[in-house]
Amino acid sequence: MTTPPAAAVTAVSAVIASEAKQSPACMDASSPAGNVGTRPTRHRSATDAAPILRVENLSVHFPVRHGVFGTRIVKALDDVSFDVPRGITLGIAGESGCGKSTLGFAVTMLQKLTAGRVIFDGTDLGQLGRRAVRQMRRRMQIVFQDSAASLNPRTQIGAILGQALDIHGLCPGRQRTPRIRALLDMVGLAANFADRFPHQLSGGQAQRVAIARALAVGAELIVYDEPVSALDVSIQAQIINLLQNLQRELALTYLFISHDLSIVRHISDIVAVMYLGRIVEFAPKTSLYAHPSHPYSRALLSAVPVPDPALERARQRIILKGDLPDPTNPPSGCGFRTRCPIAIAACAELAPPPFPVADDHWARCIRVGEPATVSAPGLSP
Amino acid sequence: MTLLRVRDLHVAFASDRGMVRAVQGISFDLDEGEVLGVVGESGSGKSVAALSIMRMIQQPPGRVSATELTLDGEDLLSLSEARARELRGARMAMVFQDPMRSLNPVLTIGRQIVEVLQRHLSLNRWDARTRAIELLEMVGIPRAARRLTAYPHEFSGGMRQRVMIAIALSCNPKLLIADEATTALDVTIQAQIIELVKRLTRELGTAVIWISHDLGVVAGMCDRVNVMYAGRIVETAKVDELFRRPSHGYTLGLLGSTPRVDGVAHDRLTPIDGLPPDLIGQSTLCPFLPRCQVSVPACQGSMPPMRGFGALHQAACFADLA
Repeated sequence: MTTPPAAAVTAVSAVIASEAKQSPACMDASSPAGNVGTRPTRHRSATDAAPILRVENLSVHFPVRHGVFGTRIVKALDDVSFDVPRGITLGIAGESGCGKSTLGFAVTMLQKLTAGRVIFDGTDLGQLGRRAVRQMRRRMQIVFQDSAASLNPRTQIGAILGQALDIHGLCPGRQRTPRIRALLDMVGLAANFADRFPHQLSGGQAQRVAIARALAVGAELIVYDEPVSALDVSIQAQIINLLQNLQRELALTYLFISHDLSIVRHISDIVAVMYLGRIVEFAPKTSLYAHPSHPYSRALLSAVPVPDPALERARQRIILKGDLPDPTNPPSGCGFRTRCPIAIAACAELAPPPFPVADDHWARCIRVGEPATVSAPGLSP
Repeated sequence: MTLLRVRDLHVAFASDRGMVRAVQGISFDLDEGEVLGVVGESGSGKSVAALSIMRMIQQPPGRVSATELTLDGEDLLSLSEARARELRGARMAMVFQDPMRSLNPVLTIGRQIVEVLQRHLSLNRWDARTRAIELLEMVGIPRAARRLTAYPHEFSGGMRQRVMIAIALSCNPKLLIADEATTALDVTIQAQIIELVKRLTRELGTAVIWISHDLGVVAGMCDRVNVMYAGRIVETAKVDELFRRPSHGYTLGLLGSTPRVDGVAHDRLTPIDGLPPDLIGQSTLCPFLPRCQVSVPACQGSMPPMRGFGALHQAACFADLA
């Protein structure tokens, strides 16, 4: 099937948004999936082959003061492009300052774009008016690392979820209470959590509330920005399993941003590795972890500790020299070349385009495919 | 040679709701030059135990007691405050998670290192400066002499942690305690810091207590591991033995909860259900029982004592997991 014209899709979404305002959406509030389960399937008929999210040549630049008179530009995102098919998880991995959070903001319209386009379900988000943006927000939600900070401390959990419904005119009147109970149940919280205040929640519980709030408005795409990084290991696993269950039940699409490559491997279908504002490698999960092809991905994977003492002793680590370069004054050519163990003179000349590695797998490194560089995988001892 | 002996250490804090029993009777030895990992989740008592060894628990509101707590034969509990200050920095040192909070933001890096050297080693200013440069070079800070006049905010997180390590090791202590020292760092920087600490402590013969929630880091770094839960050591073993034959329900749960970057083991994580217990009041049963997947009838009767599962391998668990 070909992509329908953007206008047609907008029309479809508008129809569905107006449907959601009426109570039918609330009628099956007792079922765990609630109304959210039905909507994506209806959409799918219109746009099956098209990706739910397409990012084209996306750039976000920030001016930074430099000295008394000068300003410099930080390219937080520089020419980022990718597609995300519906119902899958794209993991975005990288270290602090690589632009992964800015990408999450840009995709959910929380950040103005310097250049490029974000196309959600066939609609170019940059072309939308204010009302349309608001309706679109309902379908794409974001969950942060410190959810306790994104919950109003003076509002009970039930009311927090109720506000999300109000803003989008969903589920008024008598169906409200059962709907909130169903939402809490979906994220594994007892009904009496509706009466609690945010400070009475543990970190894991606050994260569950944030997820429930995203589900309340019927999100189809959820961006998670380091959602489990502040949690203890055992609680982390609870939340990861919850995310996987919800995705399966509701056909959700996830953008999962994390610095933790173990978790990214666990939850993602495809993975993008970012460095200094660019995606340096993009691949299906199995392909990336089996054949990391950008030297940065390889170093990153080799640095992740594995809970296996014998394996740890045997592993060869690629220890990178130094720190991230100054983002206001990045190196010429390839951004990674100053720390790269296999950099050559040519790396300084041109920012490398994506080189194909395998099916749907590319890396921005001019040395991709050279036998000498392929023989140093990141994970095996 | 045993460097540190800890016997039946208790630490409690007075709170509005009653005594919070943060550490409930832990015992262990640390040999000279040994690297001991301590793993456990928030509130398991691992940091509090470390701080009480460093004599950094304020009393009151804290209350520290033990039948024995000695470093190199010297009783740490009965030390005068002046003597404790002499030992801290010189014989035992600690590195924390957030170096920005350990470093004074308004003093130069050089001044903060020199201060330690003058205080503990009585070096004159010139010798202290020379030694400070050596130390910064030792921890891999480029152009060390010029960096002495820099302030902490001019350093990256990884560089600041290197400075902290330089300060901690400046007087050649016998014991280094690192409390989540690499947790806030990026993984490639973490790898640099771990290599650095491993190399330096091996060269200097420093014993290390490495506190971490990351089982992977502990696996690669430590000789022996204590697993803590709710203020107690629930399992202790040589590192290989612990990962090969986890013998406490909690250790098993931790391993099941941990995704692996090499993709070995589980398609699905097996989390530990529920939440860690409140530490107010005395428990008479295993504190992990409400969350345990492998409990046996005996768990309902009494608190499991530590029992042997092999050479140097003990766990406080009634279940036979091996």
